[in-house]
Amino acid sequence: MSTLTREGRAAGESRAQPRSGDRLSDQHDQQPPDEGATPPGGRPDDAALEEMGNPHHGRAVKDAAARVVMWGAFGAVIVPLVWILYTVVSHGVNLLLSSTWWTNNQRNINSGDTGGGARHAIEGTLMMAGVTAVIAVPIGILTAVYLVEYGRGPLARAISFTVDILSGIPSIVAALFVYAVWVTTFGIERSGFAAALSLVLLMIPVIVRSTEAMLLLVPNELREAAYALGVPKWVTVVKVVLRTAFSGIVTGVLLGLARIMGETAPLLILAPYTKNFQRDLLHGNFPTLPMMINQDRGDIGFATAAERMWGAALTLILLVLLLNVIGRVIARAGSAKT
Amino acid sequence: MTGVPVVDEKPEPKGNAPLGGDNASTARLGDRLFGGAATASGVIVIAMVTLIATFLIVQAVPALLDNQENFLTSRAWNPGGDQPGFGILEFLWTTVVAGAIAMLIAVPFGVAVALFLTQYAPVWMRGPAAALVDLLAAVPSIVYGLWGLITFAPFFRPIQGWIESTFGWFPLLAQTGITGGTILFIAVVLSIMVVPIVTALSREIFAQTPLAHKEGALALGATHWEMIRTTVLPFGRPGVISASMLALGRALGETIAVTFLVSSLPNGAAWTWSLFNGGETFASKIANNAAEFSNPSRTGAYIAAALVLFVLTFVVNSIARIVIERRKAFSE
Repeated sequence: MSTLTREGRAAGESRAQPRSGDRLSDQHDQQPPDEGATPPGGRPDDAALEEMGNPHHGRAVKDAAARVVMWGAFGAVIVPLVWILYTVVSHGVNLLLSSTWWTNNQRNINSGDTGGGARHAIEGTLMMAGVTAVIAVPIGILTAVYLVEYGRGPLARAISFTVDILSGIPSIVAALFVYAVWVTTFGIERSGFAAALSLVLLMIPVIVRSTEAMLLLVPNELREAAYALGVPKWVTVVKVVLRTAFSGIVTGVLLGLARIMGETAPLLILAPYTKNFQRDLLHGNFPTLPMMINQDRGDIGFATAAERMWGAALTLILLVLLLNVIGRVIARAGSAKT
Repeated sequence: MTGVPVVDEKPEPKGNAPLGGDNASTARLGDRLFGGAATASGVIVIAMVTLIATFLIVQAVPALLDNQENFLTSRAWNPGGDQPGFGILEFLWTTVVAGAIAMLIAVPFGVAVALFLTQYAPVWMRGPAAALVDLLAAVPSIVYGLWGLITFAPFFRPIQGWIESTFGWFPLLAQTGITGGTILFIAVVLSIMVVPIVTALSREIFAQTPLAHKEGALALGATHWEMIRTTVLPFGRPGVISASMLALGRALGETIAVTFLVSSLPNGAAWTWSLFNGGETFASKIANNAAEFSNPSRTGAYIAAALVLFVLTFVVNSIARIVIERRKAFSE
């Protein structure tokens, strides 16, 4: 303000050519600016704002409240996650550090006994997931290829629709369907393979949808370039399209595997638990981590069984997380390349 | 989603035929084999779903014909024997009410977290925070069951006791004497399980809100929240609805966690509207009685229950798809 006043005074002294700013400067000279001076058009004073319900204030409060609510919601959702992980880790970590957990099975170990390991269940879970993937991955990827590269018209719409239905089927319904076919109709005994079949039903839609999304991301120019070079369509799909989308497809497969590994309902109905090593998927009971948890939950009165239950739960979480992390790393590596 | 690459849908200039590879050479042996395999896989998927529906119906019908009770309105459950009589009313009530309450909790939270991840969180935080929420989805449901049963239930019991003693005059919150897995408790655990599903899908669609809409709102003087309310939320509404429906489908069909938590009612227990009542859902009833599948008529009753669950989730998922398709039709 002081500089302006000085300039004004200087301007006032040389009044040769009056400017529009001069009068203002003169006024400033005479009376210092008033805080409450009303600008042209008028500014409502505090009382008037109050009468108008002070909209500025209310909007700011709402904005701040919304911000608090969003942060609070995020915090509230993280609480159960931390709580669950803490519960499982704190109860289960001791067993995982014991020497026999990764090498032994539970043979001849009763609910009240300590010792033994989860090797049988870990192997069983991995084997079952492997068999499921061997069946589900080719069908899933080829279906996605059909939907993106070949399919048009009613058949493609029908397939897309049934994939949606399949992705919504509860695991217990898939299990009961396999039971109705496998056991009731054909009279075959319950086994690990029957459970794997129901897991196939749950895994296929996950793979179809993730692969489809990845194939749609492949630029059409790549396909056109291949066709222009006279490459047959199937070679184009296999060597150009699928290869470009490879990392995304692998990620989808790993996330699908992570999802079915934790499924328990089909195992409950189709694959009874055993404490022994069992490498025959077609005959007899089959050990898996979820069923081991379920088994020890039944004897939760024993501290040893409870600890085994948490140990198995932690092992299962670690397996699932490992798959998730690998899947994400591959996805990131793949996306960095393109 | 008709399976046609988006690029193919773009009209070619000067009315030429699309350049897509759909009419590329398909006469070679390799082409016929590969194309045939792709088509066959698709047909296998159709066959699977058809078989599921067929087998469930075929095996449910004999049991339903023998049924002495009304399948839809009876609360009795005595499958097998000479005079089988069973109805699903109780499971239907528990399943639907628990699913609905889970949605009442999970949808606001899921949407708020999605807004947080896309609109509020500092940019450096968005990736890790989203990974944390996804982690919640990666936890197997059996672990939720254990946690709910052993760790969370003791915390919930006093809350339930307080609600019962304060609002017990309200029929939905009446005291029942059941302290373990009440419908409300199951709904709370289910809501925790499905929040990540709501968040994941809502987040995706919120992130797609056109920048011009958001900047326009801000330029008109909207606060951050007003910008979200007038641009992000309306743009994302179809996505939120379909995400909620998918989450509801998951909640209705959730098996093992609910099986761990439910307190089953004795046959012939008095009917109550209370949310603090026990009661099995479809999925838990089937899972709890897996050992009972001894003869066809007994199994048939459970398969009939599974059929109803199948139809229920089918309807819910179809609504989700219709909403998504409608949005696609408008946005393209």
